[in-house]
Amino acid sequence: MSLQRSSRRRLLLQAGAAAAVQVVVRPARAQEAPALATLVAQFAGPQKVRAGRVKLEIAQMVDNGNVVPMRVTVESPMTSADHVSEIAVFNEKNPQRDVARFQLGPRAGKVDVATRIRLATSQQLVALARMNDGTVWSDSVDVIVITAACLETTTAS
Amino acid sequence: MAARTLIQFPATARRGEAIQVRVTIAHGMESGFRPGMDGKPIPRDILRRFTCRYNGETVFGAELSPAIAANPFLSFHLVADQSGTLEFEWQGDRGFAQVERRPLQVA
Repeated sequence: MSLQRSSRRRLLLQAGAAAAVQVVVRPARAQEAPALATLVAQFAGPQKVRAGRVKLEIAQMVDNGNVVPMRVTVESPMTSADHVSEIAVFNEKNPQRDVARFQLGPRAGKVDVATRIRLATSQQLVALARMNDGTVWSDSVDVIVITAACLETTTAS
Repeated sequence: MAARTLIQFPATARRGEAIQVRVTIAHGMESGFRPGMDGKPIPRDILRRFTCRYNGETVFGAELSPAIAANPFLSFHLVADQSGTLEFEWQGDRGFAQVERRPLQVA
């Protein structure tokens, strides 16, 4: 009993030490990557980013950051005169800000794109859509992540 | 050796219908941020680009990043206007390149 307890305590201590290392390492990485707002501004260029038309669907509470389903839909008739030409998804706190970019056109018929992503920690995600007339629309979601991606050590020998 | 892929879309489509296409490919998407057994980061090895062509014309493209989960899954739509071939292409680090082709029947 006491043996079990002490080994559990040791495990907890080790886990704590590992967490402390991550806390030390992460801000250094964060400094390398530009802020989320910078990338949003870069994508928009001279255009104003407007809220609406885009819908970013992702669970607000995520158990496992390694595989997080994500879906982006945009209200658009998708005709040659009025369609979405590009979608970008950015994150706030992964080691790098990019998540994905999608190129579309009138031949898509409708804008309903889905994939599965990784999230290193609880953070904000932003989806941006550029229309063929150049206007940029956006949606953002705050996600709470219980188990982080990217940081686990491999167990394979 | 080619990576395993799973490509799903309706066997037949009505002309003008926007069909859903779902693709998955077996790939580890090594992010480059994960420490290995020696404590050093494992070098990045990801798929960077996906393209779907419909009778030769690009209808959907995606640029992927280390933030995409292993075995990348993508779902998107395209308007079926004539029977033909759908071509799916993945490109990635270390010269990864794979192309899959599937026939699409439009009634």
